Amino acid sequence: MALISVKNLTRVFDVSKPWLNRVIERRGKALLTAVSDVDFEVAERSTYGLVGESGSGKSTIGRMLVGLLTPSDGTVEIGGVNLAAETNAGKVDAVRSDIQMIFQDPFASLNPRWRVRDIVVEPVVARGGDATGLAEKLLEQVGLSAADAGKFPHEFSGGQRQRICIARALSSEPKLIVCDEPTSALDVSVQAQVLNLMSDLKDNFGLTYVLISHDLTVVQHMSDVIGVLYLGRLVEEATPDELFNNTKHPYTKMLLEAAPLMDGFGREAALPEGEIPDPINPPSGCAFHPRCPIAEDICRQERPLLRLVDNARVACHLAQ
Amino acid sequence: MSDAVLSIRNLSVEIPTRSGVVKPVDGVSYDISAGEILGVVGESGAGKSMAGNAVIGLLNPPAHIAQGEIWLNGTRIDALKGEAMRRLRGKEIGMVFQDPLTSLNPLLSIGDQLTETMLTHLPISRAEAGKRAVAALEEVGIPGAAERIDSYPHEFSGGMRQRVVIALALCAEPSLIIADEPTTALDVSVQAQIIALLKRLCRDRGTAVMLITHDMGVIAEAADRVAVMYAGRLAELGRVRDVLTQPQHPYTGGLMASTPLASAGKARLHQIEGAMPRLDNVPDGCPFHPRCTYAESKCRAAPAPQISQNHAACWFPLMAQKVS
Repeated sequence: MALISVKNLTRVFDVSKPWLNRVIERRGKALLTAVSDVDFEVAERSTYGLVGESGSGKSTIGRMLVGLLTPSDGTVEIGGVNLAAETNAGKVDAVRSDIQMIFQDPFASLNPRWRVRDIVVEPVVARGGDATGLAEKLLEQVGLSAADAGKFPHEFSGGQRQRICIARALSSEPKLIVCDEPTSALDVSVQAQVLNLMSDLKDNFGLTYVLISHDLTVVQHMSDVIGVLYLGRLVEEATPDELFNNTKHPYTKMLLEAAPLMDGFGREAALPEGEIPDPINPPSGCAFHPRCPIAEDICRQERPLLRLVDNARVACHLAQ
Repeated sequence: MSDAVLSIRNLSVEIPTRSGVVKPVDGVSYDISAGEILGVVGESGAGKSMAGNAVIGLLNPPAHIAQGEIWLNGTRIDALKGEAMRRLRGKEIGMVFQDPLTSLNPLLSIGDQLTETMLTHLPISRAEAGKRAVAALEEVGIPGAAERIDSYPHEFSGGMRQRVVIALALCAEPSLIIADEPTTALDVSVQAQIIALLKRLCRDRGTAVMLITHDMGVIAEAADRVAVMYAGRLAELGRVRDVLTQPQHPYTGGLMASTPLASAGKARLHQIEGAMPRLDNVPDGCPFHPRCTYAESKCRAAPAPQISQNHAACWFPLMAQKVS
């Protein structure tokens, strides 16, 4: 059964200048569509990877999943409850405690004035729960020691801080953890430790992850299903094997081609053309058509819908 | 150090602190030849940027070069001060930093910044400098260079800004470029473009490049040789293909194995236990021994052997162990 079900999810930000400037300069409102008509489902106890470059809307989706942002259109249902529209406070509360988030920067996401113990148990204490001995137990589960509970965040390295963030996310016994670039601030060897820890915890606690990352290799390693985003649109969704071995969308192909390879000595890769377009004025039709090597007339006119090709969902007119 | 553009010999950087002297760079030696890209790789705190900053004379006091020599084109530059160093910087050594936005002046158009650099270092007229500025922007692949010359940094995207920074680093025709994490702030597709650009310029002009990065994939694609740093020391130095496919130092081996790419299809990633030691608490002997699975008593007692051509700073290099 799907734990998360996202339908037609859209988020528009108003990035207009102040009204006086608009009047004087005769400009209209500027609306930035960060996420546009995204559909996906995440099964329970699975890992769903969201990849894309900066500006592709992956973090915005993550924030809407946990309820830090409200959707402009469309719905997010978690465990069958639409948090933005549900009026039954009890239901909302029950679902909220099932959701946690891990952020990218372990230096900015821990309060420097709080002791680790208070940080870790905050999700429980804030709901009036009993947190005696909980911090110590959780810290040991994430590979730190119980004695660390009395310390402050500055006494830890980046990898250890990310472990504290994970311990905090686990304290309310959530079902779903949204991880927004959990390892991009970490070194490779520390990244391996944190990713292994995340895999272990998933098995032990039966967690569901939504893993947001720009790093294709991390997403490939961790995910059961991967969604590729481009300019706020889901362009391809498949299992890692399918996505990497039988790539269908030209953007995904470009992304895979551009990623540096460990054995790519002196490789002269086919270089990606151009850059991500301005999301305030996205191209007509398929958002990728100005950079796409195989674009045809229909791509300029009509926005492709996600459709099933083999075992993948692809938003491309020409994919087969 | 015959044909090497840059030679670093036994370089150590020290920072005196309240709790004693720390050595972010400790006895590092390497050469870079003309037209060669040397990748310097390591985790944060390994001293890779500090070594680059020492070369270009940008160490923040109280950090200072405690010992060792730096030679650029046969001239010793580690003791240069003030004005002499300023003339060298930009003219002989170009620098590309991680964040293109903070390394450009937001109040000057990019044309002004390019001509300013050229007029400072080259004996040319302002009109000539203006022409060369357009040529430099064209060379780094900025479309419509002639129109965009009067644009300000904020009008460019991240990738385009990094191209401008590279144009700036190259405009006085230096013999060495130090690129400190030039693509870390950029997206994968833009990163590929910038790496290709660096490679092409290096090949065409015979510029030596010190490419400092933490990304093994970037190193594999761009570098000719690679220097792996750990806790301020050189762990391994050699041709990139040798070091990455047949690492001799257990640290390099562990680093390669812990990338998700190398563990494709496995449920768990290879993991190096522990973390890099703090610089005020580097263990005796080989600095890697507490985390090394092959460590023996010799590693704890004696400092790791000096690195020589294609040999790791390790008493028991990995290849030898596989044989025995």
